[in-house]
Amino acid sequence: MGDPLYADGINQAVILIVLGKLLVVFAFLMVSVLFMVWFERKVISDMQSRIGPDRAGPWGLLQTLADGIKLFFKEDLLPDRADRRVFHLAPYLSIVPAFAAFAVVPFGGTISIAGHRTQMQLADPPVGVLFLLAMSSIAVYGIMLAGWASGSKYPLLGSVRASAQMVSYEAAMSLAVAAAVLSAGSLSTRDIVNSQGVYRWNLWILGVVPFVVYLIAATAETNRPPFDLVEAEQELVGGFHTEYSSISFALFFLAEFMNTVTVSAVAVTLFLGGPNGPHIGFLPDLWPVVWFLGKLLCFLFVYVWFRATLPRFRYDQLMDLGWKKLIPLSLYWLLLIAALRIGRDQGWAWYYVLGGGVAVGAVAWGGLNAALRQGDAVRTAA
Amino acid sequence: MDWVVFVVAGAAVLAGALGVILSTHPVHSALMLVMTLFGVAVLFVAQQAHFLAAVQIIVYAGAIVVLFLFVIMLLGVDRSENVSSEPLVGQRPVAYLAGIGVIAAIFLLARTAWVSGAASVAGAADGPGSNVEKLARSLFTRYLLAFEMTSVLLVIAVVGAVVLARHSPSGGVRGSEDAG
Repeated sequence: MGDPLYADGINQAVILIVLGKLLVVFAFLMVSVLFMVWFERKVISDMQSRIGPDRAGPWGLLQTLADGIKLFFKEDLLPDRADRRVFHLAPYLSIVPAFAAFAVVPFGGTISIAGHRTQMQLADPPVGVLFLLAMSSIAVYGIMLAGWASGSKYPLLGSVRASAQMVSYEAAMSLAVAAAVLSAGSLSTRDIVNSQGVYRWNLWILGVVPFVVYLIAATAETNRPPFDLVEAEQELVGGFHTEYSSISFALFFLAEFMNTVTVSAVAVTLFLGGPNGPHIGFLPDLWPVVWFLGKLLCFLFVYVWFRATLPRFRYDQLMDLGWKKLIPLSLYWLLLIAALRIGRDQGWAWYYVLGGGVAVGAVAWGGLNAALRQGDAVRTAA
Repeated sequence: MDWVVFVVAGAAVLAGALGVILSTHPVHSALMLVMTLFGVAVLFVAQQAHFLAAVQIIVYAGAIVVLFLFVIMLLGVDRSENVSSEPLVGQRPVAYLAGIGVIAAIFLLARTAWVSGAASVAGAADGPGSNVEKLARSLFTRYLLAFEMTSVLLVIAVVGAVVLARHSPSGGVRGSEDAG
């Protein structure tokens, strides 16, 4: 399928439209980061019975802007033992994947600009979902290299933790994403959105499990609380960005919040029907964007809620949750969905398939538990 | 247009490859390797091989080089190598000779079909369905046995690695028992 924009070949108008879309997406992400920082501080303040930022602009809306300007005018420090080039490169390595991943997120329907039909999304590659996974898998470089290049202990520990955590949760996240791909039968994000109805979202089609796994894994991938061991202040000073100051620090900050917005947007795309929503008579091009932003906002609120509510995980708990619970669970769920789908195509009675699936699941669960107990016994005996 | 993409990506690949061997620092070499992998991925996209490009980034850049870096950091071998020493006598001239030989072989083999950067015509994937669908169909029908064998091989490798690295109940790493 792809974007109808390229159907008649590429000319100047098409290139201009693409550049325009690029600008819009970039501006949207920047503004959403400004908003998200303010939103997070305000919501947490409310949950903790505080007022929060209220000096700069109405309701403190311009506080983030003020902080940003302050950071720009600070001195950019370079630690003595730092690896100069990698130290300066790392912030950019962490911000580029965050931005690039958003490029494949559909945030509206198909619109007309100057006689050209185009989708409201920056790019719709046939392997959109794989592109998302690729971006999330290279996001680890920024954090890893920042910690190493600082040439100091705490940042290195923070970045080693980060890379182990991100690599571990990537598997669970990929399996959850694969469930959405299975239901749509396509890797294109636009096709995945189109395969979901106005209310018939993948959230319900797939059972709630892949969505929950994705939610947890995405929180861990973005190193947000309760998975923020990467920058655990009590243990690691500031984590991987301890040695960063001024604009480099601002870039890390930007990347972190951009990542939060991006994984939320991806979750909306994969599980909540993206810009799908009820049709309303007037301004037909506007409403999909409104639905998308509404769903995104709900998601961002959930992240803030997590942060205000849940205490930080211990490192072994983090690894246990990832490897011993989330990965087996999402793997099993993926196989179950695949079996049900094959059963439907072959015309088998669904209750036999489901019964068989649950039986296999019970045996596998028992086996896994026995193996884990055996492992614990061996470890305590040693 | 094809040609511009090819030249830019090719330059990135070559610069990265040179960087890998010319950097004295292992971490810099690993980063240059990532640049090469990205250039190759762009070349794959130019050849309409979207799936290969994505997998190239996910597997090589996202997993293997991350593992390299992880090991370099954990083992603390992240210091510059002394490249002027020669552990094997005469290895440098031999390496130059072998390199020249390989380049000559490549030129000789490529004489008939020289790389142009144009999209693939010889192996054009025709028929309905996207690139991914065709790849999946041939992997899971015609080459199913090879595919499954590969996966079994990988599982065996994982199990082997775990067994080798596991601490035995009596304490100590297995394999070090003879020594102690």
